[in-house]
Amino acid sequence: MAQIRVENLRKSFDQFTAVHGSNFTIDDGAFFAMLGPSGCGKTTTLRMIAGLELPTEGKILLDGEDVTFERASARDIAFVFQLFALYPHMNVAENIAFPLKCQGMAKREISQRVQETARLLRIEHLLSSKTSKLSGGDRQRVALGRAMVRRPKAFLMDEPLGALDAEFRHLMCSELRDLHDRIGATTVYVTHDQLEAMSMADQIAVMNKGRVEQIGSPQEIYDRPATMFVADFIGSPSMNFLRFEGGLKSGDRAIAFHDARVAVPEIRQDRAPAPLALGVRPEHIRFSDAAAVRGEVFGAEYLGTTQIVTVDTAHGRVAARLPSSAAVRIGETVGLEFSSERLVLFDVGSGLAIRTANDGSAHHG
Amino acid sequence: MTAATSTAHSIVEASPRSKALAGALVILYAVITILPLLWIVATAFKSQSDAIAYPPKVIFEPTLEGYVNLFTVRTRQTPDFIAKLPPPETWYDKLVRQRDMVIAGPSKVVPRFVNSLIIGFGSTFLAVFLGTLAAYAFSRFRIPLADDLLFFILSTRMMPPVAVAIPIYLMYRQLNLTDTRLGMILLYTAVNVSLAVWLLKGFIDEIPREYEEAALVDGYTRLQALRKVVLPQAVTGIAATAIFCLIFSWNEYAFAVLLTSGEAQTMPPFIPFIIGEGGQDWPAVAAATTLFVVPIVLFTVLLRKHLLRGITFGAVRK
Repeated sequence: MAQIRVENLRKSFDQFTAVHGSNFTIDDGAFFAMLGPSGCGKTTTLRMIAGLELPTEGKILLDGEDVTFERASARDIAFVFQLFALYPHMNVAENIAFPLKCQGMAKREISQRVQETARLLRIEHLLSSKTSKLSGGDRQRVALGRAMVRRPKAFLMDEPLGALDAEFRHLMCSELRDLHDRIGATTVYVTHDQLEAMSMADQIAVMNKGRVEQIGSPQEIYDRPATMFVADFIGSPSMNFLRFEGGLKSGDRAIAFHDARVAVPEIRQDRAPAPLALGVRPEHIRFSDAAAVRGEVFGAEYLGTTQIVTVDTAHGRVAARLPSSAAVRIGETVGLEFSSERLVLFDVGSGLAIRTANDGSAHHG
Repeated sequence: MTAATSTAHSIVEASPRSKALAGALVILYAVITILPLLWIVATAFKSQSDAIAYPPKVIFEPTLEGYVNLFTVRTRQTPDFIAKLPPPETWYDKLVRQRDMVIAGPSKVVPRFVNSLIIGFGSTFLAVFLGTLAAYAFSRFRIPLADDLLFFILSTRMMPPVAVAIPIYLMYRQLNLTDTRLGMILLYTAVNVSLAVWLLKGFIDEIPREYEEAALVDGYTRLQALRKVVLPQAVTGIAATAIFCLIFSWNEYAFAVLLTSGEAQTMPPFIPFIIGEGGQDWPAVAAATTLFVVPIVLFTVLLRKHLLRGITFGAVRK
């Protein structure tokens, strides 16, 4: 088990920079997810940690030891690929045994370790099967087995559930987390699926265009997004942005939103007048006749327990999550009331969130 | 009642009639292809006169004279001389004496055949070996000017090899490579390696690189990963490539005529010059041709399992 530290990690391919100076530390035993859209540099970062790609600049430390230019095989980490990468010319047991064979371990010990790993993953009955005969989930279990059998310092997983169908992915999510809790190995998990990241990870790094936008627990990232990108990327439907222009003073508890005043968490930052955005999660919107922000109902999506109602306002289209019991008529004019303590303000120019009392509590909690 | 009942034929399943037609065409094609081969095999068992009879004889009395003539050098003697000889020791001695001849010694066919085997398989092995390494590098590493290099490699196949026959002849004479096995192996390897690189690159591109990366993380070096993980999966491609290379170097005639005359002569230039009494010894030529085809047939049959998959590899996404 190990702590992984990444310092100023940068990677360029010819003209294109895939990763711009990332810095983060993954604690020993943590389940760390790297989340972002495709092409954001998360896989490149992972591959650099694994040693499958060499960084252009920066350092990678495993338990304090600099392994930046170390060969992959010398790092004592295990990698789980999206396509499982099970060797097709070997059966399940041989696949799991492979890393031990590479190390030149004695045959008896290998078979003992393979049995042990298979038991942990509940795939003992598959050991002599051909890998091509396995279901997607079982292939993933074998791939995990091949990673675990060596008891590496860390697991690196590159969208390991990406090739599974939706139903199974959910099952494997809880299985993976359960496995992590039992063996407690540091795990770095790359995914573009926010649900996977949110449900499994202790810490999430949200990446965009080669930069780490925010690192935090799933809750921090959801409730207090540091940038407009994070706010937009996390949550489905994503956060609404209501644009306005104005200045802010530290200590303000309300803002002038166009002609209305909207209560917000206490502002902790002075700002000269500039284009700003008010970030509201759909579930923090209620319909209220008294509310100052008004719009016309455009449509509704029924989701079972809730419904997503889209409302056209003067400041753009807004999605609200309401109980499915609420009666909504298309074309009706409604007032939108926001849960003021959950609002987030952004500077549109830089995309950064403006500090409020919510962030203050984060430092203590 | 429903629309489904009225559609009798499927668009994916061929109808019995088109299947029969396709089968008939395949059989016809097979017959056309195999007839000349059968004719040669048959001619090898004919007597001199049957071989050149007109109209051609389909039914004939088989004889091994063609094979005996192929493997031996004979001299004509007077019947008196033959009568004075001790009785023939072997069946082929007897056969030859019936024609008023005696065996003077073995012919050159065996050394020529050995040359063909060494040069054919040697150059095939080298071309496939070098081709695999180059193809792997082109497939996996970021190589500066990779596309230009690949085109350059391909361009060596764009001109007829005979166009460079004279420069190569002069070059080989300078280097003392004319009429040596090494020279022929190098030449055929040089011609084949471009084909091997291109074919194998296609195959290796199809093998997900995750396999080797998994092996690299698990403790293998790059070369070990190539040998233990990539090669077993590229076996179909390697087999198909090897067959193509072998067929080329086995059959090559122009350079063999030009560059070999004795020591390193291969079968293709040797066969046409099997001369009997009063002209071409057709049964012996046919016998040599039959034997010449055998190794390619064996090699292809041995690798056919891989070959079929190799030729269609990548055509269908699995």
